[in-house]
Amino acid sequence: MRAAVITFPGSNCDRDLAVAMERCFDKPVARIWHQDTDLPPLDLIGIPGGFSFGDYLRCGAIAARSPVMREVARQAGRGVAVLGICNGFQVLTEAGLLPGALLRNSGLGFVCRTVAMQVATASSPFTGSFAADAPIALPVAHHDGNYQIDEDGLKRLEDEDRVAFRYLENPNGSMAGIAGVLSERRNVLGMMPHPERAIEPLLGGSDGLPLFRSLMGALA
Amino acid sequence: MKARVEISLRPGVLDPEAQTIERSLASLGFDGVGHVRRLKVIELDLAHRDRAAAEKAVAAMCEQLLANPVIESYSIDIDD
Repeated sequence: MRAAVITFPGSNCDRDLAVAMERCFDKPVARIWHQDTDLPPLDLIGIPGGFSFGDYLRCGAIAARSPVMREVARQAGRGVAVLGICNGFQVLTEAGLLPGALLRNSGLGFVCRTVAMQVATASSPFTGSFAADAPIALPVAHHDGNYQIDEDGLKRLEDEDRVAFRYLENPNGSMAGIAGVLSERRNVLGMMPHPERAIEPLLGGSDGLPLFRSLMGALA
Repeated sequence: MKARVEISLRPGVLDPEAQTIERSLASLGFDGVGHVRRLKVIELDLAHRDRAAAEKAVAAMCEQLLANPVIESYSIDIDD
């Protein structure tokens, strides 16, 4: 498994994500700076959570136009798996690699707690090791996680089984309780919850582990 | 040449912040206030001399960065 994590100015979950990947893949993870355009051969690219570029303009907007993202889009087009978590999800929608947009939480508050959700499809390289429809608990920590998409787009996501995770208790007003979506080819996943913060019972839970195990099984 | 770009949420996109402002106005006793909207304004200086070219350039900026066409619409004013 050849994996990399990208760091933008203002990313703050990049190390956590790299540690989770290294622990689950038992391989070193490359760390990539946002201005790099030369990526090594990769199976998986992680776009971490945080507040890239201070959330200026719109969350993820500036990061989505940074030099490295052109290369990420190219690799995603070739089928390389891309995992965007929290701000990483916002970056992927802003970059046009995933449909829809993430708006301010409907309650306007920053939501920081563990939330119950459902694995909505086991049919992806990210979710194969979860039991389908299994309830899991993952931490969320965001101000702008309210997933919105037009009616046709939503129908398409549902028809094509591209909702990866769905909140059982909606913390942010997301349409149809959507917590994570897959690209058309199912090799790009964006999700607001933080699986990398749930790989160790000592730290509150390990429901994030099957996501990394799925990737190991599908890509390694 | 100066450009002024107004960016607003598309109709139908929920704006909880605008709704909160509207409720707060009502609680201050301002009756009859409705449809509060929050807009973003970006002003730019441009080296262009040609108005049409300037407008075209700013429209491209909006499509590529300044606005997110999924949720936002924009209007452009050029002032020479």
